[in-house]
Amino acid sequence: MQKRLVLDQQQIGIILRRFCHQLIENHDNFENTVLLGLQPRGSILMDHLAPILEEISGVKVPFGYLDATFHRDDFRRRDFPLKANETKINFLVEGKKVILVDDVLYKGRSVRAAMDAMIAFGRPQKVELMVLVDRKLTRDYPIMPDYYGIRVNTLDSQYVVVEWANQGQTENAVWITEKVKS
Amino acid sequence: MILETAANFKEVINRPIKKVPSLRDITIANVFFENSTRTRLSFELAEKRLSADVINFSSSNSSVKKGESLVDTVNNILSMKVDMVVMRHSSPGAPHFLSRNVNANIVNAGDGTHEHPTQALLDSFSIQEKLGDLAGKKVAIIGDILHSRVALSNIFCLKKLGAEVMVCGPITLLPKHIESLGVKVELDVKKALQWCDVANVLRIQLERQQIKYFPSLREYSLYYGINKKLLEQLDKEIVIMHPGPINRGVELASDVADSEHSIILEQVQNGVAVRMAVLYLLAGSRN
Repeated sequence: MQKRLVLDQQQIGIILRRFCHQLIENHDNFENTVLLGLQPRGSILMDHLAPILEEISGVKVPFGYLDATFHRDDFRRRDFPLKANETKINFLVEGKKVILVDDVLYKGRSVRAAMDAMIAFGRPQKVELMVLVDRKLTRDYPIMPDYYGIRVNTLDSQYVVVEWANQGQTENAVWITEKVKS
Repeated sequence: MILETAANFKEVINRPIKKVPSLRDITIANVFFENSTRTRLSFELAEKRLSADVINFSSSNSSVKKGESLVDTVNNILSMKVDMVVMRHSSPGAPHFLSRNVNANIVNAGDGTHEHPTQALLDSFSIQEKLGDLAGKKVAIIGDILHSRVALSNIFCLKKLGAEVMVCGPITLLPKHIESLGVKVELDVKKALQWCDVANVLRIQLERQQIKYFPSLREYSLYYGINKKLLEQLDKEIVIMHPGPINRGVELASDVADSEHSIILEQVQNGVAVRMAVLYLLAGSRN
């Protein structure tokens, strides 16, 4: 299978630190800000981001994990129902500035579902979107990220795969691969 | 899979907004040919929490009284564009018969003395939540095993999940050959309680008993009723469960039903989550 490296360990490290500085620029002392990682893979990115953010800013920003499975719009359009993940949010987002964190932005449907799911926890003051990889010109919904690591040109026949060293891989990396034709 | 999904739904029903839109384009008919409080409310709540449209039907005020057959009744309901049917019936096998004869998903909400699958799932979920993995846990089902659909479904479900199961009750209320299902049989309630980690206590189903299986309720209560004194004699703490409705003072004394050992009300709450999971997974695929 063809596989092309888009980001390596060092580049991802640089991007994560850049994200933190951008957040500090926009959110000052994080008084009213919370982070929500989108399950399952956005949460892994957030787990990498949170300690670096704390180290650089000196502030422990509250974070949670949001699962949007029950809010997806492709329910009953698949052969099998999607397996849900845990939602773990021990705060309300009412009046808060929320930063949604995901690894890859593709069609924008997951983010739409996530915003739907988020509303169950209150009415946020503002919502921002942070993604590691933004796939250009593939959107089905009018959704754009506020922060992105890299923008890539991809085809529908390709996957963007994000690998994390603590998830059984040797190094953090982002790859573009071809979908296997069935 | 069902129990894992149920855990996710339990989180959902404890949110400030307890509703998710998953089943918003689905209509579900609750068809109850037999009385029910908990199961019907629980299913209805589960359906509403999943944003399904719900219609309720009970046989007592319907055309069934005018002589319509089961298949006709359900086909009429389905022709109004209903996607799923949740059914309780007093005849064993009725949901199975129906699922072979009509083109829709049928969920069994209890069929006579046969089975009650969602109750077994919620009981297993409740035990798992309280004690962790079910494998190797000892569960005693105590009471009217003969007439209980909860008992049979529980035996199947618990054994599948690796638990050891014992049934306990007066010999007249134990079905013949029950040990062929791979369960232990015990007549002495004290021994059963001493053996188990969890006691699932069942109601005496007088409405299903055409003949007398024991001399009097008082005598049953004396020999098989579970009270605080009995539990204090044990050298360990056990979990008490009951599928409801409880006949207080018969199979379970109030000082046990309301004690910290009892997870009866948790069972009811978990019932909604488990039924949400069942409906979600059933409705989830394309066909």
